[in-house]
Amino acid sequence: MMASYRLTDDQLAMRDAVRVLADDRIAPRAAEIDRTAEFPWDVKDLLASHDILSLPYPEAYGGLGADLLTVCLAIEQISRVCATSGLILAVQELASLPLLLAGTDEQRDRWFPDLAAGRKLIAFALTEAEAGSDVAAARTRARREGDDWLIDGGKRFISQGSVADLLAVFAVTAEADDTPRHERLTCFMVEKDTPGFSVERVEHKMGIRGSPTAELAFRAMRVPDANRVGAVGEGFSLAMRTLDRSRPGIAAQAVGIAQGALDVAAAYARERRQFGKPIAEFQMIQAMLADMDAQTEAARQLLYKAATEIDQGAPDASRWSAMCKLVAGDTAMRVTTDAVQVLGGYGYIDEFPVERMMRDAKITQLYEGTQQIQRLVIARALTARR
Amino acid sequence: MRIVVLVKPVPDTASGGERLRPADWRLDRPAVQAVVNANDEYALEAALKLTEAHGGDVVLLSMAGPGAPDTMRKALAMGAASGTLISDDRLEGSDTLSTARVLANALRAQEFDLVLAGADTSDGGAGVVPAGIATLLGLPYLSYAAKIEPDPVAGRVRVHRISPTGYEVLEAPMPALVVATQALGEPRYPSLKGIMAARSKTLATLALDDVASGAVVDGQSVGGAVATSEVVGAVPPPPRAATRVVRAPAGEGAAAAREIVDFLAERRII
Repeated sequence: MMASYRLTDDQLAMRDAVRVLADDRIAPRAAEIDRTAEFPWDVKDLLASHDILSLPYPEAYGGLGADLLTVCLAIEQISRVCATSGLILAVQELASLPLLLAGTDEQRDRWFPDLAAGRKLIAFALTEAEAGSDVAAARTRARREGDDWLIDGGKRFISQGSVADLLAVFAVTAEADDTPRHERLTCFMVEKDTPGFSVERVEHKMGIRGSPTAELAFRAMRVPDANRVGAVGEGFSLAMRTLDRSRPGIAAQAVGIAQGALDVAAAYARERRQFGKPIAEFQMIQAMLADMDAQTEAARQLLYKAATEIDQGAPDASRWSAMCKLVAGDTAMRVTTDAVQVLGGYGYIDEFPVERMMRDAKITQLYEGTQQIQRLVIARALTARR
Repeated sequence: MRIVVLVKPVPDTASGGERLRPADWRLDRPAVQAVVNANDEYALEAALKLTEAHGGDVVLLSMAGPGAPDTMRKALAMGAASGTLISDDRLEGSDTLSTARVLANALRAQEFDLVLAGADTSDGGAGVVPAGIATLLGLPYLSYAAKIEPDPVAGRVRVHRISPTGYEVLEAPMPALVVATQALGEPRYPSLKGIMAARSKTLATLALDDVASGAVVDGQSVGGAVATSEVVGAVPPPPRAATRVVRAPAGEGAAAAREIVDFLAERRII
């Protein structure tokens, strides 16, 4: 199957509306969000009041029922001016995916209306200190006790883990040691006020500094079985299916960051005069800008194509999502680094946003699977077909 | 309350690409993305706030070319209930009098308490169409409104009209025509749900014959052929001099400020 895409009128209208909002209301906040490293509640409220956070949810719950491509268009436009702000939508979608993919009607009724309205935030708690790329090595354990589960352990590097009202927590439920590695995990929805849940600390980070990355601890945290998402032992599979759909969101963040840096660099090159003329007239600058533009557009086209394939149920969704994240993440890093180069010394100081964008870009090569894991996923899809 | 807001698609001034056709010095509209005239958005925002407070509907009315529906959808996305667009080849080249006649005739067929219009448009800029409509329809004309206070029960409206010395308080029976100003408040950004809802709202497109009543408006009385003014030439504004940017590190702004003051004083701007 070869799905093709052409942005619909609705998608274009929504993209443009998000772009205007991002330029007018979020861009002026971006430097301060980075400097203070405080979660931008005002931006969260802005995204909620303009229905941007409602994009991924079904209409029955007050959502817009948007497809993945449309969600990506929104994340891209916000991230173009502020990667931290773009991540608010990306994380909301990421952490809701287990419920979208495997939640019961009762669970959706319970949480989706608040999540779609942006009244509540949700986070995705999969990674642990000793279980990063090796997801199945998780040690957080859930023990059955009557109608409840008792969860002990902890999570690390959880985006928005300290500001979320609800968390999708993955814990080991396998009792027997010989349970296959990929059948040991189960997914639970945990509300932040559950006794035994605590935020241990928030990391000090290089980039996306306004997005709190939390270390969480669970001590005899009692969670009703009604909060279990999917079957017992289905957690690993659910996490992988979630990432298949969420990685394009990170690719969209990366494309947005790259475009934002390119826009700043091109505008600067037109204005900055050296040797008696704008530096945009020097071929060495022109070549850099041309490469940045071509690479950004290439990453964008792969992202839109991947989102379309995934929306249409491609059997190799893992491959598409890994490819677009791999290419977009590397593109964002390269383009933002070059943007700093075009601005020279001005690019290295916080008077211009490109140094922030360069710091923000790095995370897109790391989270939701490092670039090495993306290559692993792609290679497995490739060799499995042979 | 029922409020009609006059809206006009104009070339996006932010694009910087507006140009006149050399043949007749008219705007090359297809060359540039159209947007809702900014002052009309202020009028629309004011109308939406009034119906939110007093109940009722806001409807749009426009006379514009074939690309207008896309632009009007953006105004519908802000919250207007429906729209009417008068579009006809015979209206090309209309002057302000033709435009006022056509819009006035379209308004004759509608029930309304208020008509709201922007102070002027960013393309033509004449700013006389609302006054022309009020004259043709015999409506009270309340211009430069900084505040609009309708009393639907009494059927009257009170307006604060900006004046050089402050404001005047005007009161008139409804229906009336009010010209909005930016003092009424920033236009809202459409929400995504607003954009989706706008897709299914009614946007009626009428031809000239649909709004022709009697002999007042027809192909002989409106359009470019009977325009009372003609553009005989146009000169682009002189190119802007190079931008000079004064930068100063944090805490050392005083010297930079002095430099800017000297620059302006030298040119007798301040």
